[in-house]
Amino acid sequence: MAEIVLMRNFGRQDSHTLAGYRATGGYTAWEKAKGMEPAAITEEVKKSNLRGLGGAGFPTGMKWSFVPKTHTGPVYLVINADEGEPGTFKDRYLLERDPHALIEGMLITARAIRSAKGFVYIRGEYVQPWRIFSGAVKDAYDAGLLGNGFDIVVHRGAGAYICGEETGLLSSLEGKKGWPKIKPPFPAIKGAFGEPTVVNNVETIACVPPIINRGADWFAGLGTKTQGGTRMYSVSGRVTKPGVYEDSCAVTLRQLIHDHAGGVSHTGKLKAVVPGGGSAAILTADEIDVAMDVDGLKAKGSMIGSAGVVVMDESVSIPEALLVLARFYAHESCGQCTPCRESTGWIYKMVHRIVDGHGRKDDLDTILDVAKRGGGTTICAFYDGAIGPYISYIEKFRGEFEALCRS
Amino acid sequence: MTATRTIVFSPDQLAEVRRLQGLYPDKRGALLPVLHMAQDAFDYVSLEVQEYVAGLFDMAPSHVHEVVTFYTLYFQQPKGRHVVAVCHNLSCYLAGSREILAHVKQRLGIGVGETTDDGRVTLQSVECLCACEAAPMMQVDDRYELNLTPEKVDRILGELR
Repeated sequence: MAEIVLMRNFGRQDSHTLAGYRATGGYTAWEKAKGMEPAAITEEVKKSNLRGLGGAGFPTGMKWSFVPKTHTGPVYLVINADEGEPGTFKDRYLLERDPHALIEGMLITARAIRSAKGFVYIRGEYVQPWRIFSGAVKDAYDAGLLGNGFDIVVHRGAGAYICGEETGLLSSLEGKKGWPKIKPPFPAIKGAFGEPTVVNNVETIACVPPIINRGADWFAGLGTKTQGGTRMYSVSGRVTKPGVYEDSCAVTLRQLIHDHAGGVSHTGKLKAVVPGGGSAAILTADEIDVAMDVDGLKAKGSMIGSAGVVVMDESVSIPEALLVLARFYAHESCGQCTPCRESTGWIYKMVHRIVDGHGRKDDLDTILDVAKRGGGTTICAFYDGAIGPYISYIEKFRGEFEALCRS
Repeated sequence: MTATRTIVFSPDQLAEVRRLQGLYPDKRGALLPVLHMAQDAFDYVSLEVQEYVAGLFDMAPSHVHEVVTFYTLYFQQPKGRHVVAVCHNLSCYLAGSREILAHVKQRLGIGVGETTDDGRVTLQSVECLCACEAAPMMQVDDRYELNLTPEKVDRILGELR
């Protein structure tokens, strides 16, 4: 098992306090970064192979480098703490147990991208994380860490999964409904309030202080060739010990399920696993010897996404599990693009009909056809995420669906 | 629930609105936080409240309405003194959330989206609240209630006044 980097302070009672954070070396990376040129910070993060841990897996340093150097107006740093991907709960732990790691990471990132203002967008349901993080921000102001060239505004969302999509989040931050925006322009060019903006996930930015303190080579060496570091895996569903586990990006799905989460519960026999949050294509029991990094799962036709692992044992009905997710996508589609708005609603109805025993076998091909035609036709990746489960659940477990259908 | 109520923020609340508006490059950024404030102050975000908030932002009421109706946490109708939101997404489903929801319905004698006759509890069924390690779970007002069993649900519901 790899070194614990992100969760290193979680065992301390005072891990959420400034004193507790300082006692474990907190804010020393910020002291070091203050002596570095902004471009040198970005270069270090590029070299570390840190990739976005919210879902898309985009190289973080490269994202920062897209902010125009010649821009003279404000640049914003926006933290995506709108955690909502089914099966994911890591950012909640970071906000509650190590809020200063995020604040320190923001200070360093802000220096790299020359930002004087950051927004932390926390999902509206996360009241306790919002309170704890807001308290940490206040303490950081009182200690003079904030307010001297960089300010943080803590912003509460109001209940909408789509606001976890970075441009939907920006619309919401601007006081609008959370409709994603057409790219380009990308947020780094024209983001929050029309200004260049870097949007990063909580966990991604919590990786920045250790990278600055201990160097890019050390961080890169923790992971795989194309993704540095460790990350926090949320493991839930039919396992003996559900929880959040930190390990290298090179850990395999089998190791996570068996070594960390105590193995499969209920029947004890694995049927399927969602490897990267609800929107990731499902894997069968014989597909779990896969490295849990961006490229490892891409090679298996799935995605690491937010690293939310949901385990299903032999007794789980795959059609019913798909029904749960189909309802979710139908409910959360923002309604802006026709293929997504219409297909999520109709596919939910069709899966419902199948689970209720009124489906026909050709319904399955209709769902697959509709799902495959819609991919890549919408403004954001929400629908591309929805078709991951639609297609993989039906293609990999077709017999289970057919058994429920009338001929 | 009283039928009439003056929809006006106190001077302190208005100062807070101005402070929030000042945090954003465009004051409209404070719309979601101010709507949260309005819901806390007036119980729910009625059309009248939406019109009042629109005035504070120099916006058309229709634009505030568009925002209010987009998000799940704003109530447009009176709600109970407590809101119980049972998660029904994947990990909670795998841990028995259907049985938990059925139990909550039966104990409260209401369906999803309804409020008990005494105005005590409004029941919701919601998407992933991201506490899957402790499924099945539900949110009761500001708190997450984790690792639910029927017995634990009875105790939690019994404590709501």
